[in-house]
Amino acid sequence: MTAFLIGQWWLVMIVVISLVPLFRKISREGLFDALVSLDRRWIFLVMLWAVLVPIYYIGVTGDTFPEVPSALAQATFDEIEALEPGDRILLAFDYDPASEGELGPMATAFVRHAAEKHLKMYFIALWPVGLQMIDETVSRVIESDFPELVYGEDYVSLGFKSGGEAVIKVIVTNIRELYTTDSRGTSIGEIPMMEGIENIQQMDLLVNISAGYPGTKEWVQYAVTPYPDRIRLIAGATGVQAPLLYPYIPNQLPGLLGAIKGAAEYEKLVTDAYGGENPDPKYLEGLRRMGPQLVAHLLIIVLILIANVLFFTSRKREASG
Amino acid sequence: MKRETTIWAVIMLLGLLGLAGRAMLTSTGMGREYVRAVPVADGQWTRYDPATYGEFLGAEAADPAQSDVQLSWPRSVGLWVAAFFTLAIFSFLYRDNPFYRVAEAIVVGVSAGYWMVVGFWDVLVPNLFAKLAPGTIQSSVMPGLTGSDAGRNLWYLIPLVLGIMLLWRLLPTGAWISRWPLAFIIGTTAGLRMIAFLHGDFLAQIRNSILPLAVFEAGVFDVGASLTNLIMVVGVLCCLAYFFFSFEHQGVVGGAAKVGIWILMITFGASFGYTVMGRIALLAIRMEFLLDDWLWLIDPIGRRVGGG
Repeated sequence: MTAFLIGQWWLVMIVVISLVPLFRKISREGLFDALVSLDRRWIFLVMLWAVLVPIYYIGVTGDTFPEVPSALAQATFDEIEALEPGDRILLAFDYDPASEGELGPMATAFVRHAAEKHLKMYFIALWPVGLQMIDETVSRVIESDFPELVYGEDYVSLGFKSGGEAVIKVIVTNIRELYTTDSRGTSIGEIPMMEGIENIQQMDLLVNISAGYPGTKEWVQYAVTPYPDRIRLIAGATGVQAPLLYPYIPNQLPGLLGAIKGAAEYEKLVTDAYGGENPDPKYLEGLRRMGPQLVAHLLIIVLILIANVLFFTSRKREASG
Repeated sequence: MKRETTIWAVIMLLGLLGLAGRAMLTSTGMGREYVRAVPVADGQWTRYDPATYGEFLGAEAADPAQSDVQLSWPRSVGLWVAAFFTLAIFSFLYRDNPFYRVAEAIVVGVSAGYWMVVGFWDVLVPNLFAKLAPGTIQSSVMPGLTGSDAGRNLWYLIPLVLGIMLLWRLLPTGAWISRWPLAFIIGTTAGLRMIAFLHGDFLAQIRNSILPLAVFEAGVFDVGASLTNLIMVVGVLCCLAYFFFSFEHQGVVGGAAKVGIWILMITFGASFGYTVMGRIALLAIRMEFLLDDWLWLIDPIGRRVGGG
């Protein structure tokens, strides 16, 4: 850390200089009065440094923070790990670039895990930009690191379909009713791995990466609930959405990755199992993003404590006149 | 000139000088995008796939006259535009300003345009036009529409008529006509969702809440699992007691309701914590974009390493 600070002296200078007016205010007004009348933009600035500096540190040094997988991440990992080579897995990418920061690492890890297990991957999207997310993940993982996998035989992108939960309701019983071609315009009948596939009950596992509506809730309601013995679902969701999905665990949703923390835990499990001694840094995105999370969360905790102390102290002062 | 304006002018000038210096005076530079030319269909046309600066360096080292990997001006301009808009949106944290308003207006406009295009090509063309005029659609925009999918289905005239009725509200008279398809949409959606919520949430959650309070694992009492189930069941009952208004919240019911409030508060706190985590992740990826893709200050996945 010391070597980093010395080497990157210019960053330290920028951070310190940007905070000089705040220090001057505190020295002029005293700590209590300065904090009580603090402009919220100082908090924004401190938060900026709390996020930016760890990203820069991790980007320069390559260090990541240690991660211990939770039981839920382990359960998610075990669901895919339990599948046999050649089993079918449906990957629904229901998110867009606005959630890529949280869900991109999960998508990468899911696809890599499925590719390592030699599963047959069927990609679909209920969000319009989900198709681009599929293409990007396929390019990042399959095309670059698993060139032996053949499109149409080992993986296929069926693309985006509009209709939200109605799509799920239809493909649960008849996938060909809606999907006549894949995302490249090839007829479903000409795709070898679509042979004999009539509905998604034939999938061995459903994986949903969800940023909202339609997403995991709809997959639970319209796919898992009517066919609890035939359809098994695991999911990765944004932090905003994850708490709403906890009631479905474990009966309707045996595995759930919540936010970037869930992504980092799952990445750790996949990397430990398949990464070797020097894992490719592109599979450690979630772990890298936990650095700014740690510092930013500590900052928020400190700010909450300070704000409470200020609140109660102010009230006490007012009461005492 | 106001003091604040002067300070901001100086900061922006320094920022611009810093960017210019980094772009022109450093060995690596910054903010450039590269592409790899891939011949398609026996060289009849060329596809340009994204490439990295590292791949460019590698190709240059192997053959200085190569043109397979090359600088992409459109992508580079796009990168700078993305960086500008990121900073423009962030500028709102300081104060509302013209840069933010321009960025906001462009986001709204682009989103609206994008949804219109998606609505036409991904909804109307495959789901309606391809059913009513499969031959025309197959020969023009969906060559993969073959076999049994290529048959005409006149039942789809009904959604076509309903769609036209829905658009009737744009006309000066007869707006009431649009209420019929709207009623159909609301009725269908309400019915569909009511069943799903009853089945997937209401009934399933009752079943999920009926848990054994004493859990035995291989004949041995499992303290952890039993405690978890106990907290779950007590928590559900106490939260229900809080929302039970047929009795006054006094005595046992009042105590249970108070515990229910605490449980609800803890739940809201956990949700808030998750939300904070999500928002910081979004901030982090924009920072990563600025430091990595644009400024080339960091290179966590080694995209700019190459060329020996």
